[in-house]
Order: sequence, then C-alpha cells, then structure tokens
Amino acid sequence: MQIIENPTIYDAIIVGSGAGGGMATKILADAGLKVAVVEAGPFFDPADPKQMTQLKWPWESPRRGANTVRPFGDFDAAYGGWEIEGEPYTHKNGTKFDWFRSHMLGGRTNHWGRISLRFGPKDFKHKDVDGLGDNWPIGYEDVKPYYDKLDQLIGVFGTNEGLENDPDGFFLPPPKPRLHELFYIKGARKSGIPVYPSRMSMLTKRINNDRGICFYCGQCGRACSVYADFSAGTCLIFPAQKNGGQVDLFVNCMVREVTTDSEGKATGVSYINKEDRKEYKLRGKVVVLGASACSTARILLNSKSKQHPNGLGNSGDVVGRYLHDSTGSSRAAFIPDLMNRKVSYNEDGVGGMHVYSPWWGDHSQLDFPRGYHIEVWGGMGMPGYGFGFNVNEFNKYFGLRVGGYGDALRDDVKKYYGAVVGFGGRGEAIARRDNYCEIDPATVDEWGIPVLRFHYKWSDFERKQARHMQQTFEEIIHNMGGEPLGNTPSKEQDYGLETPGRIIHEVGTTRMGDDPKTSVTNRFQQLHDADNVFIVDAGPFTSQADKNCTWTILALSWRASEYIVDQLKQQNI
Amino acid sequence: MDRRNSIKSIVLGSLAGGLALKGCTPGTEESAEIAKAAEVFYGRTPEEQQFDAELQEEAFFNAHELATLTVLCDLILPPGEQYKGASDADVVPFIEFMAKDLPEFQTDLRGGLMWLDHRSNFEYNLEFKAATEEQQKALLDQIAYYDPETPEHERPFEVNFFSLVRNLTLTGFYTSKVGIEELGYKGNMPNVWNGVPEEVLQQHGVAYEEEWLAKCVDQSKRNIIAEWDENGNLLT
Repeated sequence: MQIIENPTIYDAIIVGSGAGGGMATKILADAGLKVAVVEAGPFFDPADPKQMTQLKWPWESPRRGANTVRPFGDFDAAYGGWEIEGEPYTHKNGTKFDWFRSHMLGGRTNHWGRISLRFGPKDFKHKDVDGLGDNWPIGYEDVKPYYDKLDQLIGVFGTNEGLENDPDGFFLPPPKPRLHELFYIKGARKSGIPVYPSRMSMLTKRINNDRGICFYCGQCGRACSVYADFSAGTCLIFPAQKNGGQVDLFVNCMVREVTTDSEGKATGVSYINKEDRKEYKLRGKVVVLGASACSTARILLNSKSKQHPNGLGNSGDVVGRYLHDSTGSSRAAFIPDLMNRKVSYNEDGVGGMHVYSPWWGDHSQLDFPRGYHIEVWGGMGMPGYGFGFNVNEFNKYFGLRVGGYGDALRDDVKKYYGAVVGFGGRGEAIARRDNYCEIDPATVDEWGIPVLRFHYKWSDFERKQARHMQQTFEEIIHNMGGEPLGNTPSKEQDYGLETPGRIIHEVGTTRMGDDPKTSVTNRFQQLHDADNVFIVDAGPFTSQADKNCTWTILALSWRASEYIVDQLKQQNI
Repeated sequence: MDRRNSIKSIVLGSLAGGLALKGCTPGTEESAEIAKAAEVFYGRTPEEQQFDAELQEEAFFNAHELATLTVLCDLILPPGEQYKGASDADVVPFIEFMAKDLPEFQTDLRGGLMWLDHRSNFEYNLEFKAATEEQQKALLDQIAYYDPETPEHERPFEVNFFSLVRNLTLTGFYTSKVGIEELGYKGNMPNVWNGVPEEVLQQHGVAYEEEWLAKCVDQSKRNIIAEWDENGNLLT
C-alpha cells in the first residue's frame, strides 16, 4: 500500500491539541499561518450535549460515576487513562511508571485541576540553590512577559502576595473559602504554614464576550459547557478558528514520525488515520510537537533516518531522559467539629480548592531538597459511587457500635456528611539522566508504532519529601482537632509516595539547554539537530518546580510560537 | 428556578451574541433531540455506550436472588412514613449492574445470599425472604456489626458480605433522586457562591477575616470585563 500524501504544504504542522499544541495553534493561526493540527483522539466540545457530562446527576450513570470505565469516574471529561486498549507501554528492570494519556481535542486540559501556578525565579535556577540537577538556560524574566499575557488571555483567579518564588500576576478575584477551608487555614497557620487563596484558571469574572462566567458547580473536571474554565479546545483552538485562522483539524490521527529530507530538515509528519487504518503524510515548513512529554519523545525516537540514525533530535542521546513527575502523597482526616452540618446551602464552589499553601520550608532544617505545595479538599459534595461506604466507621471515635441497619444509618449519613477533609502534597523531584523512556524494540501498538518502555526510580530525596508531607498533614490534622484516617504510611510504603506518573505532571524528556550534547532543544524549544522542529509540551522543562506544569507549558509555547513566526518572517527556517 | 431554565439564562446572560456556542449548536429541533439522547447517554463515547448497553442486557441474579436482595436492602433502608426505602430508589437493579461492572463482587454477593438462606433454613426452616421481619432482623443482628480494629480480611465472611450489601445499598440510595432529596444536597446547579452563611460559621465556631474577604470576588461586579493596570491590579 502506498502512503497517501496530502498536496497542501502547511506553514506549520502541530502535533497534539492540549496546552502546548493549543497555544501554538492560537498564536500561529492568529499570525496568519496555515496550520494543521493533528490529534490522536476525537473532536471534543464540552458544549455539545452528546459529549457533555457537566450537571449530570449520579443516577444518570448506571454505575453512579464509578471509575470502572474512566479512571476518574464516568463523569470525568478525559477519554483514555492509565491504560488504553491496543496502545500498551512497558517497563524496564521491574521499575514502575504509570502513564496517563487522553486522546481527544484539548487532551488532558479537559479534565485537569486548573491549578495555575507560575514557576518562580528559583525554579529556573535551582542548581544555583542546592547544587542538584541543572539550571534552565532561561530565567523567570524571560518567561514573565508570557505569563502576564497568558493571565489576561485565559484568566486565572488568585491574589498578589509579593512572594519571592510564587510571583504575582494579573489575577481575577478568588472565591471565598468554604467551611472546611476555614478550618484548614486555622490548622495550617498554627504550624506556621502560610495559606493563600488558590490560583486556578476559572473565570470568577468576565474576561471577554466569548466565554461564560463560572456558575460554581464544582465540576471543572467534567469540562465546562460555557467555557468558564481553561481547556485548550474551548479557549485556544476554537477562538483561533473563529478569528478566521486557517486551521485544519485532523482528529483520530495518530502521528507515527516526523519525516525529514536529505539534509536532515523536517518535511512533515506521517500519521495513521484511526478510522481507515491507513498511513498518510502531511507536509509542512515547520513541525511543532505538543503530543505530551512522553509521546513527543516517542515520535522523535521513532523518526529514524540516515541523517538521524539515533532518532530525530537524539544525537546527544538525551531524548526520553530526565523524565520526572511531581512527587505526591496524600492523607485524609475526620474532623469532629465539621459534623452535623446544615445542608441549607450549596457549597460546590469552583472545581477544587479555594485556598492552598505554597511551599514554605527552610532547607537548613530539612533532610530533603526542593519543596511541595499543599492542596486541600472536602465539603458537602455531590454524592457519587462510594458515598455511604462504611457509613458510621467514625462511630469508633465515640465508643459507639459500627455497622448495623435501618433508619439509624440515615442519621449517620447526615451526621458525618462533609466531615472529611483531605490533603495532597505535590512536590518537586530531582531530574535524573537514568529516569527515562525509550523505544521497546519488542512491542508495537495496534497502529504498528513501536511503543515506549519506562525506567524510573524514586530516590531518598523524594521519599523523605513524602515523609515530611505525612508529618505535616498529621500535624495540621491534630491542629484541626481531627483524626487522620488509616495508618501513617511506612518506610516500606515509601511514606505514601505515589508511583511516578500518577500525578500526571511528567516533564523533562526533551530538555532545553545551550549544549546540544546534554540537551535536546535550545532555549526557544527548537531542536538542536533540526531547526524547523519545535517542542511545545512539557518535554523541554529542564526541571519541574513544586508547581503544576500547565501554566508554564502555555507560557513557553506562546514564547516558542512567537519565535517561530519571527524566524519564518526572517526566512531563517 | 428549574435547573434547565437557569442554565439557559446563565448561558444567554453570559455570552453576548451567543458567539461561543452558536458555532457548534445545531438547529433547535436537532439540539433538543441530542439533549434527549444525552440524558440517556450522559456524554458517553460510542464505545462506552456499547459497553454499557451490553452490561444492561446481561442478567446476573436469578428471580429468587433478586427477591431476597430486595428484602435485604429494604431492611437496610426501610420504607416508612418519613422516608423512602431502598427499593423505591431501585437499589437492587443498581447492585446487579455493579455486580456485572465489577465482577469481583459476584461470588461474595451470590454466596452471601446462599448463606442467608442457609442460616434462615437452619434456624427457622424458612428461606430468608419468607421469614418474619423479626426473624430476619435476628439473623442480621449476628452479622451487621463489625469491629473496625480487626482488619477487613480477618472478619468473618458473612460480616463482610453484609458490609458490602450495606455499602452498595447506601451508595445506590444516596446517589438516586430520592436519596439526594433526603440528604438535602443543594448543589449541581448554577448559582453564585458568596461564602458560608453566617449561622453556619457560628455553629462551627469560625469566622471570615476582613483582610481575606477584601481580596475575594465582589459578585456584583462579576459581569464587568476584567481590566488591570500594568502592575496587575484589577481595576474593574
């Protein structure tokens, strides 16, 4: 069979439609470029009644929202998950890495937590602080103008607090704390842990005439039908199209490799159309990869040619290396003072926390590097699968019998409703060359594309950080007059440290740097080995901060996209 | 206000000219049809729709098991003057669906129902569903309570079986329309969050700080387009 070649020559082919690819689409299309966006999953619009899950009631799902089909439950917006049928990945030497993929227009931005934290000055130069890992070749001052524009384009609520490593921005005003968050503020402060309004990309105030305003259903994970939260489809790709941009969307198209010419420059991509299972080619002057850190590494490593025998961009053997996810450890607590709540009001709020604690620690007193922020959850949420399980287990704290049947259970349900609070620590791991993904020569997916094999180990740096998280949570719970649920995770359990990949903040596989021997892209996310290929997902992150990565992906993609426009104008690429 | 109507007013009110939605909203008749289908499919992909439909078609419990489970679930959440019972909320069909969705429940559920009949036959020479309510409760009293300090896998099978049915009954009931009404949950509808009511703050002994509230959104201005000065101070 012949590969079917599209006669159009695009100015840019963008692979992936999540945060990085979406932003590149917006900036390149707004600049008048003709772009192709190639997305491995289907079209998705949360306003389409056929795809909408927002404001559904639990009984509309026969499993009441249980997570047997979608890993975050039936109503979560993300298609895909940790395992996708027909698209395996493997592991090396018994190590673990869980890889979350969401193939759909907008990618993982459809369901993410919308926690939108800027990296601070220290986050770009952390080697200068503790001697570990590597500095980014760029600094906060290079990215700040893009964060500033991003805040105003997309909208993020928060507050300017003048913090050294959690910079101010252009914020919308935050929502007031919920009841359990007032308890958290008190409890955390008692231990000297600062608490601030959270910083999340929902519109608490109108930002333009195209998007709705938050109506506080607390369901951002289901994707917003009035576009009041950020997702790449609704806030970047649709606006680029409405703006008259020349955007051709190729959905259900899985990119196999970047094609190159005899000089080693990219000529376009080849992809599999999942609907007819045939291979196609697209031609473009520039290829912009935003398939996600690991998928982009996979595409590069599969793009072997005479000029790039080790895979595209891989002359220094760095593609796939320095993979790192955020650390994560969590705990929940029963808070007796939150019992017997009045259900007289709706406290759904925005989807997620209204308050949070950025990293506060003093490393002269600590046995681990870097830090973590604390996320908090709780409240009188909508019942879903699991509600009412072990309904009166907390009776044990009052010397009462546990279990039973009959109307007494109804009283227990109401007595304990909203009395559980949870805490998640999300921290920074050290990027290491020996944590990587590579091509598994023995395995292909159902599209015939060789798959990734992961090799990832946590070190004591991350384990000790998780131990500190647990100690902190227990202290806060004590301050709140609560009882921690379950036992303290032991050393053997890595102190509750999640399997790498679980926090879904994986970065670093195509890291940026000035030296082509130790990095994959330059400071504008342009491949050292092929100057018309750019990477706009989290691959180029030299290090992850103790922040969520999306806001930085967006800012850097904007910056790289402006550079692409400039370089095309100057006919440099 | 009706939930659907209130969504409509928020959408119309917040999208001047309806620009963002118009591009992808088909004609009214068609969209009404899609909305109706969406009620059934709650945003499923075609593959998920098919999977759900296949599960729905299978039967797991036989007629006797269904009848026994109905009696059991109504003992856990009984119908009465004040409250609806488990069977008013279709808890048994939900449990059957979950047994197909999570097959690891199957042996425990089926075996547990056999255990109930066995005990009931042994003690009363009657199947569980045919025993008097008093007899049924006497049986349940032997298995309905557990020691939370004993790890779950060390508890007797029949105790764990009853815990499983109690869990599924409570979840099935409180995720149903009647259950959510009984609970009094007020959310899942468009609203404007403006903080915890004063009497609730007092009940729980906490208060808002003036300094914190001063940073928060003034909901009367939420509809005015945001503008900032060059330092990021919100002007509107």
